[in-house]
Amino acid sequence: MTATAGSDIVTGAINRGPAARIVARTSAGALRLFLLVVALIWLVPTFGLLVESLRDPATFTTGGWWQVFTHPAQLTFENYSQILKDGAITSSFLNTVYITVPATLLVVLIGSAAGFAFAWIEFPGRDWYFLVVVGLLVIPIQIALIPVVKLYSILGISGSLVSVILFHVAFGLPFAIFLLRNYFAGIPRDLMEAARMDGASEGRIFFRIVLPLGLPAIASLGIFQFLWVWNDLLVALVFASPSNQPLTVTLANQTRQFGSSIDILAPGAFLSLIVPLIVFLAFQRFFVQGVMAGSVK
Amino acid sequence: MAAIELDSVGKVYDDGTRAVTDLNIDIADGEFVVFVGPSGCGKTTALRMIAGLETITEGELRIGGRVVNNVPPRDRDVAMVFQSYALYPHMSVRENIGFGLALRKVPKAELNRRVEAAAAKLGLREYLDRKPRNLSGGQRQRVAMGRAIVRQPQAFLMDEPLSNLDAKLRVQMRAEIGTLQRDLQVTTIYVTHDQVEAMTLGHRVAVIRKGVLQQIAAPQDLYDRPVNVFVGGFIGSPSMNLLTATLRRDEQGYVADFGTMSLQLPPAVVAARPALAGQAGREVVVGIRPEDMDDGSLAGVQPGRTLSGVVELVEPLGSDLVVHLTVDARRPQDLEDIAELAQDNSVAGTAGASDAGGGTLVVARFSPRSTVTIGQRVEVAVTTEQIHVFDLSTGAAVWDAGVPASAASN
Repeated sequence: MTATAGSDIVTGAINRGPAARIVARTSAGALRLFLLVVALIWLVPTFGLLVESLRDPATFTTGGWWQVFTHPAQLTFENYSQILKDGAITSSFLNTVYITVPATLLVVLIGSAAGFAFAWIEFPGRDWYFLVVVGLLVIPIQIALIPVVKLYSILGISGSLVSVILFHVAFGLPFAIFLLRNYFAGIPRDLMEAARMDGASEGRIFFRIVLPLGLPAIASLGIFQFLWVWNDLLVALVFASPSNQPLTVTLANQTRQFGSSIDILAPGAFLSLIVPLIVFLAFQRFFVQGVMAGSVK
Repeated sequence: MAAIELDSVGKVYDDGTRAVTDLNIDIADGEFVVFVGPSGCGKTTALRMIAGLETITEGELRIGGRVVNNVPPRDRDVAMVFQSYALYPHMSVRENIGFGLALRKVPKAELNRRVEAAAAKLGLREYLDRKPRNLSGGQRQRVAMGRAIVRQPQAFLMDEPLSNLDAKLRVQMRAEIGTLQRDLQVTTIYVTHDQVEAMTLGHRVAVIRKGVLQQIAAPQDLYDRPVNVFVGGFIGSPSMNLLTATLRRDEQGYVADFGTMSLQLPPAVVAARPALAGQAGREVVVGIRPEDMDDGSLAGVQPGRTLSGVVELVEPLGSDLVVHLTVDARRPQDLEDIAELAQDNSVAGTAGASDAGGGTLVVARFSPRSTVTIGQRVEVAVTTEQIHVFDLSTGAAVWDAGVPASAASN
């Protein structure tokens, strides 16, 4: 069998001249400028928090964070070294990690398995079960707080990290299943059937076809879930015992006890903010368009 | 490699829709069988039942003598090429082709060797590390083929594998698939709605209509001895012209009388059709293929072998001249088959059987030396030896009296 390949290779982008590219850029320029301004405005409070966390506590009463522009000498790492020595802050930071990582992983794992089943495995009553899951989306967390507190005391896990994790997983799953089921349902049926013809079991199809192709949805779900749990105050406040409380609760307590202990609050809040940012940047590379390109037709 | 036997196989969906009825086909080991029919006729459903992607609700399917009705696809040891190719977009060409082997735990060295061999056979060697999105349509089609051949399965199932390619590539790949199948000697079932693919590729062609097998025969037999109006009209391009005529007996045998014109049936045609006696004096459907008609001024006008018509359209193809003309004859209106054929033709863009003015539009293939022009009245010389006769009420071809319509020439 001969092949006349070579002439019919499809390469990526169309090769355009520099002039054409400049024209394309400038026509989108106004929009870009607008977006840049919006982004900068949004960043001001974050930047202010960063600067504030780096200022000498003695100067807090003299004025706002913008003073550093005229008095750069106010900057110091003292606040950070203080809170890193503070046992309450570091242990609650670790608690946040201990809660967030399993709560995110479990939701992603269970959610994708359930999403796959709802999208691609035939079983009786499938669509009814899925409707129930969708219905669960609208139940507010607040309704469940008291019953779950009672349930936890029966189970004997009140106040533990596990109790907080379980609550987050339970309330993260409906959205996770909803999102992933709909994304997985968009994977062409032919791909599943081709894998089945190739000899794959349902499990293999899930791990070798659906998970890799579902990465964009799984990554965004992971980020969402991570942010929700990381930033959660209410659930932790209700369920976590003092020794198990995450950073959000500890920081909230600072305001209560000392009125305004900004030297702890500012660096603590910034620490709490920087981790989700890193997670977002790390997962961002999975947001790719056209994962399915070249698959069918 | 194995024989595939369909024994009264049928498919009824849960909602009661019937897709396939009583399919009886024995496919020999190494045979290339094409399922052909208009879209929605159940040919793809039949293929998917053989693949195991669709449950079989009636009858029995045997692959290599083993009943596989309830065997999942992965244990049937058949490979399928999908219309959409269905390549795994996140895997390289190498991984795509080797996926089936990897799942079967074939040792790494052997897997690589077999993937390389398949790629070499298909001219894909330089593309092994590319992703499907960086391949052209033809190359993707080859990868889909590679995924099938690398497994050395009992049978290949191909579901319109060429329909997404442009015309030129389709002709090339069609030839390559034919060669490949001859080399590998693997039992192959190929589904298409394109009768040219069916005729050129198949050892035997099964014509399916509305889930029912009409006829399965070698391509030339299908063309020469269609069992009914549907097969006659479906096979051949442009399709067979169908006209209503009264079958009259005369001293020389039989005459098909169209009203103002008539054609004498030659002795050979009559001898091959003992059942004609039963149709004498009745109305029948006469089928004349476009290639059996020529310009009377070139081929000569003889009594009993000539029709007369007015030219409506001339399409020069170089090799011949496709001439649409209206003749003074009636078209069989009542047969369901014909309505469906007309619909299928208009979809395919070939000559439809629409009526123009007072007569019936027929399509003829004239010699390119013909000089007919639009509006001209021409005498059409008909090769009456190739004429087909069908029963007007059932659409069945008139041959031997005892042969039932759908089971003939199997």
